[in-house]
Parts: sequence; structure tokens; C-alpha cells
Amino acid sequence: MAGGTPIERGALTHPDVERLSDVNRDVLRALGRPGLGWWALFALAAAGVGLFFGSWGWQLYRGIGVSGLMSPVGWGVYITTFVFWVGIAHSGTLISAILFLFRAPWRQSIYRAAEAMTVFAVMTAGLFPLIHVGRVWHAYWLVPYPNSRFLWPNFKSPLVWDVFAVTTYFTVSAVFFFLGTIPDVAAARDAAKGLRKKLYSVISLGWRGTDQQWHHFGKAYIFLAALATPLVLSVHSVVSWDFAMGIVPGWHATIFAPYFVAGAIFSGVAMVITLTVPMRKIFGLEAYLTTKHFDAMAKLCLLTSLIVLYAYLSEFFMAWYSGEEIERTAFWNRLFGTYWWASWTMLTCNGLVPILLWFKRVRHSIPALFVISIFINIGMWFERYVIVVTSLHHEYEPWAWGVYRPSIVEMGILIGSFCWFGFWFLLFTRLLPPIAIQELKEVLPPPLRKQRQEVHS
Amino acid sequence: MSASRIGLLASYEYLDSTVDAIEKLKKAGFDDVRAYAPYPEHHIEHALGYGQSPVRVFTLVGGLTGTATGFAFTTWTSVDWPLVVGGKPIVSIPAYVIIAFELTVLFGALATVIGLFLNSRLPAIKPAVVYDPEFTSGRYGVYVVSPPERADEARAILQKEEPVELREGQEVAHA
Repeated sequence: MAGGTPIERGALTHPDVERLSDVNRDVLRALGRPGLGWWALFALAAAGVGLFFGSWGWQLYRGIGVSGLMSPVGWGVYITTFVFWVGIAHSGTLISAILFLFRAPWRQSIYRAAEAMTVFAVMTAGLFPLIHVGRVWHAYWLVPYPNSRFLWPNFKSPLVWDVFAVTTYFTVSAVFFFLGTIPDVAAARDAAKGLRKKLYSVISLGWRGTDQQWHHFGKAYIFLAALATPLVLSVHSVVSWDFAMGIVPGWHATIFAPYFVAGAIFSGVAMVITLTVPMRKIFGLEAYLTTKHFDAMAKLCLLTSLIVLYAYLSEFFMAWYSGEEIERTAFWNRLFGTYWWASWTMLTCNGLVPILLWFKRVRHSIPALFVISIFINIGMWFERYVIVVTSLHHEYEPWAWGVYRPSIVEMGILIGSFCWFGFWFLLFTRLLPPIAIQELKEVLPPPLRKQRQEVHS
Repeated sequence: MSASRIGLLASYEYLDSTVDAIEKLKKAGFDDVRAYAPYPEHHIEHALGYGQSPVRVFTLVGGLTGTATGFAFTTWTSVDWPLVVGGKPIVSIPAYVIIAFELTVLFGALATVIGLFLNSRLPAIKPAVVYDPEFTSGRYGVYVVSPPERADEARAILQKEEPVELREGQEVAHA
């Protein structure tokens, strides 16, 4: 090069990828004709979406009484699942924004899938408060709007903070996701024909990859990442304050915000593993999603599992150390009360099973990681169930204690929510490049004339 | 006046050829040089000599507008119907910090996108004059607009770096 610096790159190389155009070929192949496996999963997801809206429709028709919610347990599976899905969303933003700012070299191949997961998870989570309020046609009361009674929402309430946090999170993560896909959709456009070409031409907004576009795009992306980073930390903190601002024993703790954020990242990374393992297999993306990527995700899981376990133990310790009878009873009840099975599931899945991740052999075995990630998903759902239900069913006055049992409608909605999420995720893998083409090229060694001459001479 | 200017588009397979071509064109005094790349390439940006992107101003102004809106709105609605809730002051700044923070991020992010769209002229409805679909795959491109009398000189510079393809397009005056 004429007096310039030598071009060097590649902290993490993909040894099986030779040329830049290989990336387009391999990633865009996923957008081709779907196989039988995809159709089977899609049919299953579509059926589950039917179950989801069927159950919700039944609840709307008969009223909220068809759920198991009853005093004293007014928050049950719906709120548990809301927190679960918001948590799942978090690791997507972590991978796309925080690891971007830290220049983590392993994020490129997973971030598109993780970000799509974020958008769809927030979309799923956002439905749960609407399901939970029962009379969903009044849900717009949550939004501040000028009305004939001059009433405004109570901005001192964490529930209103949550409305702002979750809607902001959905908007920003959707924008971030959409923006990141523009250059890749342009790549899909240049390779596609017919109707798809027209569709991609519209979505790619006429992107041509000019120096001017890349220059502003790069800057905009950094700023969005810088905004999304504190946002992701704030969202789950705000969700935790839905609980921590109340005086219910088991909720009213200052540890809640960091504890929830760590748990959210823990569950989210596990979900990324759950989703990318089959995706890699189905679309033949082994050259892009290597053991190194899974190893890095497993380490992130291990770290966050330790933080979460520490939070569990410190909660129990503080309950004992406070000497307060009600606090002590609440935590004793958590381990040995009516819902002992939920607490022990949580401790086993989130505290014990991830110990396996200390071993390199486990981190390098993709089937093992897949199984562990499912354990973590289950454990993290139960964590929220434990926090929500066991705290509420056994509050201060013994005459107000009660037992909550999720109804079949609630279970239908819970299972249906996974299908609703899967439905969108499956559509995503077919319609948008599931791996970020342009970001992957950034870490590949650039094609150089000099190199070629050296090889040939 | 610019109707008779000639645009030349060269597609390159190698990054160093691209950067060399840009640097030589710049040295020869061609000002209207543009580049295409399949990913953001800072060597190209460096060769073209880019400064700060004005997108940052959009982000800052958007963010600050969000902060101000958050505090103003919560305070105004509290004073509009003063009601003591939970023994807290009518205007409870700590609680409103959360709303202000969320709106900072929301407005900042949306303003960033607006800034990006305005600065990089997206969405681009009109297709590029000359374009190679390989630019989103594996090729780099250099586009130079020159007056007709210097077109041969520009072509020679582009040709020297061994392009895969060299095309000519009449440059239409910028709208």
C-alpha cells in the first residue's frame, strides 16, 4: 500500500471461510427453499400460536376468573412469564451493544440471531401485562394521554416506569435490529430474483455500500449501542423495582436490580445457545458458529450463574442475619414451604447444573451445552415463579395466606408464548440473513493483492 | 455544467488495489471520488479523508430533548392535578429520573436514526447510476467523476490497479 499502514486483522478467524463472497453464499443459502424440518417446526409453532390466542380469547370471553389468580396471589404465571421473556431479551442487547462497545471478537456470528431474539422476546413479553390486566380494552389507560377527566398516570409508581422502560426497550431494540440488517438485506437483494428482490429492495432502503453510507452508519451504530447499553441495564432494574418497591417480604430488597440484570443475561445467553444450536445444524453454518463461540457463551453463562447464585445465597443470609421474624419465615417458607419444589428446581438448574461449565470438555461439547441451556431456561422461569408466587402467598397476616395453582388457561398461554416467539424466530431465519454478513466480513482477513503475489512467487 | 462530466466505476477484488486507486486519484487532484465496500472499511475511509460524522449532533440533541421532556412532562402532570401519593412530595425528582432516563434513550435513538437517514441520504429511491451487485458480496468499488478532458487520466489510474471491471456512466447533475 502506498505509504499506508499494513492491513492486519483477525483476532478470531474463521479458518474455513476463504473469501468474502463465501459469507454471502453460505448465509444467504439459509434463505432458500425451506426443508421439511423447518416446515415441521413452523407448523408446530403456528399451532401453538393458535393455542395462545385461543386461551387468551377464552379468558377474554369468560373473564380473568379462568386464571388461577385469587387473593392473596394476584400475580402468577402471567407476571412470571413477562419477567422471563423480558429477561430473555436482555442478552441480545448485551451481545449486540455491550460486546460491540467492548469489541468482543466472538459476537459477530451470533449477534444477529441474538438481536432478533431480543425483538421477538420483548414482543412476547409485552403481551403479558395486557393478558394480565384482564380487560385489555382498557390497557391504553397505562399511557399518558390528555383525557376529559384531566387524569395522568402516577409517575411515582414502578408500574408506570415499566410501561416507559418496556416500550422504549422494544422501540430501540427494533430500530437497532432493523438498522443492522439494512446492509445485509442489500446483500440479499443483490443475490435474489423476482418477488424477493422487490421485497429486499424496499427493506434495504436503497443501500449501496458507499463510503458515505458506511461512514454515517458506523457512527450511528456506535451511538445506538451506547444508548442501548444503559437502557438494557435499566429495563430489568425497572422490572425488578416492580417488586422491590413493594413491602412484600421476599421482594423488598436493594439487591434486586443487579440480581435481576444478571439473571436476565444468564437466561438470555442460555436461550441464544438453545436457538443457535439447531440453527447452525439446519442451515449448515458450522464454519461461522464454531466451538469458540459456544465456549465464549458458556463462559458468560458460568459468570452470570455465579452472580445469580451469590444473589440467592445473600438473600437467604440477609433474611437470617436481619433477625426479622417475617423475613426469616418468608425465606424458610421458600425452601421448605408449599412451593419447595419450585425453589429447589431453581437452585438446581441455576446454581448446580452450570457448575458443569467449569469443565472445558463440557463447554466444547455442543450437545451438552444445548441440554444445559434448556435446564437454565427452566430454572430461570422457576426463579421468577418463586419470587412472584411464594412471596405473595405467604405475606404478613396468617389469615391472608393462600395457595395459588396455575389454571389450564394460564398454562396454555405460557406454552403458547413459546410458540408465538418461535413462530417469529422461524420466519426471521427464512426472511432475513440469520448471521450478520457485513460484520463477519469485518473480522475476516481482507483480500490483498500483495498476499496473492507472495503466495504465487 | 456538470452534465458533461464522466463517471467511471471500477470494481476491484483486492482491498489494497482499492485503497491505492483512491489515494492516486486524490493525489492527481480528482475531488469527486466515491467508494463502495461490502463492509465498513476504515482504510478506505482513511484514504478518502473523513472527519467527524454529524450524526453525533443528532444523538446529543435528541437525548437532551428526551431528558428535558421527561422531567417537564412528569412535573407538569403532577402539578396539573396535585395529589399526594405514598407520602411523597408532589414533584418527586428521584422517581422522575427513571422516566427522564428512558425518554433520553428513546429520543436519542430515534434522533440518531433520523440523523443517519438524512446524512447518508437513505432511503435512496433513485437507483445509483452505475452499480455492481458484487459490492455487497466480495468486491470493492471506486467511482470517480471527472471532466471529459481528464477522463483518460482517471481511466489510466483505475486501470493500473487491475480492476475486475471498469464501467462508464454519464453523471447526472445532483438533485
